[in-house]
Amino acid sequence: MRKNGVKMIKIKAKDVDVFYGKKQALFNISLDIEENQVTALIGPSGCGKSTFLRCLNRMNDVIDICSVKGEILINDFNINDKSCDVVRLREKIGMVFQKPNPFPKTLYENVSYGPTIHGMAQSKQEMDEIVETSLKKAALWEEVKDRLHEPGTGLSGGQQQRLCIARAISVRPEVILMDEPCSALDPIATAQIEELIDELKKEHTIIIVTHSMAQAARVSQNTGFFHLGQLIEHGSTDKIFKNPDNKKTQDYITGRFG
Amino acid sequence: MNKNKEQLLNKRYKAEQRFRLYGLSAIFMALLFLTIFIFKIFSTGYSAFQKTWLIVPVTFDAELMMLDQNPSKEDLQDADYYDIALKSMADLDLNANEDQENELKRMVSYFFEKEIKNELLNDPNLIGKTKEVYLTASDDLDQVFKGNYPRDLPEDQRRVSDYQLKIFDQLVANGKVESKFNISFFTNADSREAELAGIASSFMGSIFSILVCLMIAFPVAVLAAIYLEEFAPKNRFTDFIEVNINNLAAVPSIVFGLLGLGVLLAIFHLPRSTPLVGGITLSLMTLPTIIIAARASLKAVPPSIREAALAMGASRMQTTIHHTVPLSMPGTLSGTIIGLAQALGETAPLILIGMVAFVNTIPGSPMDPAASLPVQIYIWAESAERGFVEKVSACIMVLLGFLIIMNLFAQIIRHKFEKKWS
Repeated sequence: MRKNGVKMIKIKAKDVDVFYGKKQALFNISLDIEENQVTALIGPSGCGKSTFLRCLNRMNDVIDICSVKGEILINDFNINDKSCDVVRLREKIGMVFQKPNPFPKTLYENVSYGPTIHGMAQSKQEMDEIVETSLKKAALWEEVKDRLHEPGTGLSGGQQQRLCIARAISVRPEVILMDEPCSALDPIATAQIEELIDELKKEHTIIIVTHSMAQAARVSQNTGFFHLGQLIEHGSTDKIFKNPDNKKTQDYITGRFG
Repeated sequence: MNKNKEQLLNKRYKAEQRFRLYGLSAIFMALLFLTIFIFKIFSTGYSAFQKTWLIVPVTFDAELMMLDQNPSKEDLQDADYYDIALKSMADLDLNANEDQENELKRMVSYFFEKEIKNELLNDPNLIGKTKEVYLTASDDLDQVFKGNYPRDLPEDQRRVSDYQLKIFDQLVANGKVESKFNISFFTNADSREAELAGIASSFMGSIFSILVCLMIAFPVAVLAAIYLEEFAPKNRFTDFIEVNINNLAAVPSIVFGLLGLGVLLAIFHLPRSTPLVGGITLSLMTLPTIIIAARASLKAVPPSIREAALAMGASRMQTTIHHTVPLSMPGTLSGTIIGLAQALGETAPLILIGMVAFVNTIPGSPMDPAASLPVQIYIWAESAERGFVEKVSACIMVLLGFLIIMNLFAQIIRHKFEKKWS
């Protein structure tokens, strides 16, 4: 979204280095991510795009040997700063994983979990409302409204992934990170999710890691191309796919490697 | 070339068939051993659930009992039953001399006086009348009646005399010997007399020990496992702890017994021979088993569930309490039950802390002296009397039943509460 023609920058990464033990996985990544746009991160396997994504909600903290250097500013606040509270950060930045991972609980409990732990609903009614709107936004409500109290693991793969999206948006995050959300899904389910992403960008800033260049071209406005831990090129999706500056980008886009 | 390939294929099929055969015969062997074992136990033990009674006419002679007319309840309590008890046994053979009267007396348990007393207390109107009373047969006659006694041995090698056998056979012929379900095996505590010995004390002792063990080992082990698996940093120190927990699981149980003896009894002066001390000692033994089971089931929770919760903004503790621990509970619980079943069958440490003492009272709390089922088996197996042989097997049957029920419970928990995740 542009205000008076000026791009609003939601996330600003400055010189981010990531190390797994002694091995460096990301080199000097600097990337701006626009608000209410879909940014796709593409690149061959092991290029570091998922690692970068996980830096944005500090999920790399979970890995003992992983260390992150550099600044990541979200709303001009450095999340790598000691004063940053991870719980508050992750409330603002939701995440959808590669494999659908609903909790082995009911659909209702899956969606209401976030609002419960963050104390977002004062009453059962409010909670019902949150669950309903979240499921509606995730385009799942019609399919599951009669079986909210059945286990979430009983759904099909595509439905499970939409349930995970509903779970992520239930706490009204400003940013949603998606780590190859469609790689375990069939083409129909993929199309549904892509439509959904388009819808969600009205209210959320979305960053999606994807293997499929077609998907990146379809859903994103901006694209970053990663290779061997470096951000080779980034810019508007149109430009990256039609007229890349870098030879490597060109080769990858046209399928010469990757 | 083609022929070679066919030969190779045949060879592979044959190898597989042989392999299946080995497997089947291994299973067959295992089942065979189990069947032999169970058959042996049952064939020796089942008769312990029957008890032989002699039906003897008893005359409740007020004079012999030193009772006045219209005796009160207290008088009946304090009356002298020994003489009428002796007389009723002696009357089985009116021509008996003094030695033979003694032998007649030994045909029933030393409890016979009390059995006659109970009869009168139940029905005070019996004074002056004669009634046929059921008296517990001596353990040797019990064995004779059950056909476990070698009657053809020379008399001087038998504990039952020819005279006793003659009288007993007469009683049998007159239908005055009866076999009934042995309730006292379950309600009596241990006794020096096989016909009176029961498992009530050791059964309660086992239950109390296991409860104490569960209450100590479960919370400690689960907390330790959760901390090690979910919170502790992975470094040399935690590796060291992990190795030592695994070592602890391999320590022979008698060492824990020595620890219980040296620390709980010698330093803390806890009451000797009690399920409390037994339970604490067993809990030391069960602790590593539960920790290992709990850690394994925590590890088996897919990381994607943890990531999902963390990404929702749950703190590490919330992730653990809300998601990881509930998902790991079935495995933890069945590991716990298996650990407890192990503790239930443990003998050596209990012997060291004094639960091997002869206990003829039934414990009412973990602070009362008690035996335990496996120790009871050990005590009885050491006894010379023939009557204890079947008791040993019967006690093993009870212990096995207990273990089977516990393992069944573990299975049910595992199947019922195990959640499937994608």
